[in-house]
Amino acid sequence: MSEVRRPTRGSWAVLSFPLAMLTVFFLAPFAIMFATSFYHRIEGGFYEPAFELASWERLLQGVFIERTLFSIGICLLAGAVCIVIAFPFTYFLTRMRRRSHVALLVLIMSALALSEVIVGFAWSVLLGRAAGISNILVWLGVMDESAAYQPSFIAVLLGLSYIAFPYCILALYPQLSRLDPELTEAAQTMGASPWRTFWTVVVPIGRPIILAGFLLAFVFTLGSYLIPAFLGRPEHWTLSVFISDQATFNANVPFAAAMALFLTVLSLGVVGVVTWFEGGTRR
Amino acid sequence: MLARGGLRLEGLVKRFGDVEAVAGVDLRLPPGKLISFLGPSGCGKTTMLRMIAGLERPTQGRVHLDDEDITDRPPHLRDIGMVFQTLALFPHLSVAGNVGYPMRIRGAQKPEIQSRVDELLGLVSLHGLGDRRISQLSGGQRQRVATARALALEPRLFLLDEPLSALDANLREQLQVELRLLQQKLGITTVMVTHDQREAMTMSDLVVVMNEGKVEQVGEPLDVYRHPGSPFVASFIGRTNLLRGEASDGLVRIGGRPFDVEGVVGSGPVTLSVRPEDAHLQTTPAPEGNALTGRVVFVRDLGELFECYVDCGLDEPVVVAGSPRERVDVRQGQSVSVAFPREACVVVEG
Repeated sequence: MSEVRRPTRGSWAVLSFPLAMLTVFFLAPFAIMFATSFYHRIEGGFYEPAFELASWERLLQGVFIERTLFSIGICLLAGAVCIVIAFPFTYFLTRMRRRSHVALLVLIMSALALSEVIVGFAWSVLLGRAAGISNILVWLGVMDESAAYQPSFIAVLLGLSYIAFPYCILALYPQLSRLDPELTEAAQTMGASPWRTFWTVVVPIGRPIILAGFLLAFVFTLGSYLIPAFLGRPEHWTLSVFISDQATFNANVPFAAAMALFLTVLSLGVVGVVTWFEGGTRR
Repeated sequence: MLARGGLRLEGLVKRFGDVEAVAGVDLRLPPGKLISFLGPSGCGKTTMLRMIAGLERPTQGRVHLDDEDITDRPPHLRDIGMVFQTLALFPHLSVAGNVGYPMRIRGAQKPEIQSRVDELLGLVSLHGLGDRRISQLSGGQRQRVATARALALEPRLFLLDEPLSALDANLREQLQVELRLLQQKLGITTVMVTHDQREAMTMSDLVVVMNEGKVEQVGEPLDVYRHPGSPFVASFIGRTNLLRGEASDGLVRIGGRPFDVEGVVGSGPVTLSVRPEDAHLQTTPAPEGNALTGRVVFVRDLGELFECYVDCGLDEPVVVAGSPRERVDVRQGQSVSVAFPREACVVVEG
């Protein structure tokens, strides 16, 4: 058992730098945004300090509630898609020989260098009629003529899953690479096939990180606004698209601020509920 | 349980890249016995065990269990029970969950699992601890859980990979005895890997001494101890004095003195092994026969054992050991002689 040590003056000194950075670059903007959400919007122009609930009241309109539920739904789904692919993928990656597994990891991480704009365009081309994957299917004789798969719900889901996938792997990799290989070997000596070993040993032991990876993908995709805007119709837009829309095109910063705060609180709420639920089933 | 067949290894070779971990091993291991692979780390003993378990594919050679070739059979179809060095207990399951795991995999019913788990926990003296989490157990208790789990399906072969290495010395000795008694009670063919010669001698019916991927010697523990076949075996199993000399006319000249040793023929360099407890310390001048004179460099009395290091002008000091009750009173720097009885001198090389 490691004893909990009280912070000394030295450790406070070390902590003060990140604390200051956190205050300046996170807490302060957050506070400003919070204040802005109560400001008064000047039609067709800017906004001025005030205290009014107009922006918050507008949030309660049916369309925004509906958008919020849709956003949470599609992002939970994207998180699920990510984790379902990323967990077995990362597990088998860590069981590969060192050299090939590092090479693959670098390849996947290089996808992080792509901006969301490029990813969005790439998918819209791939799923489009003119130069998309359906042309390959036509060439192979599987289909009669090329088709467009975007804009659509599936296209948005695919795009969101794509951008969150590398992060998901990053969240899973450290833990899975430390999983003692003797645990799975032990299961095999006791009669479990590799498949059963995966389900009865690897997945249950990996449960906390599966949850962590899932939540990471969820929160990450919730903040994406380019992908839904590129690959979806307006009915597939998430709240993030509306926030950027309000802030940049409608110049309604107070309403955008209110929506952003609302989204933050809601996503924290979802994370809290899922974590609590997971904690409950583990006991 | 009645013992069947046994284990036969046929020309086993394992290469990892350029490294030959196991370099051609042929062995026949009798059923119902406990066999130890003993050797220093990196000698290939764990690789051997892993090939028997099916966790490692042999580069060459075959593994037969009960006259059945199991070389190409995956581990989960081999009907073995194995205790790993890390014990490999599942942290997400309780004690009962761990012990019952193999039965759950076989699709056994809950009540059946329950009663078998109780029986197994009784077997390893862990009555009533089924609900504990693994993290709540002591080192010795974890070891017992791992043992119970490995034995749950009454395997044909019980494999132990340095099963007690994580425990402190006293507990280790105690569990060596327990494990051995359990193995004898069940009569299960067991292969153990260890680097601890005391452990091997405590527990084994048969010891296989390995070095650099090869089998150096196979035999009953005491036999290997008394009649080591090579300098390596002599110094790895217990402690010994290796005396290097030159043979001629049936005698061995060591440190300028002629030694009368059994089994010396021809001439050339010869190495003798004499166990410290077989050598005798004398304060009188060297008697005729197998003896050397020298100066005491170090003395220690461990309570159960008295030891004296004597510099006789050889490469290394000669160690003499005995019961403290028969202790010869000597001081550092004192001139003494060491006698090596004829029957205690074993030719290990030459």
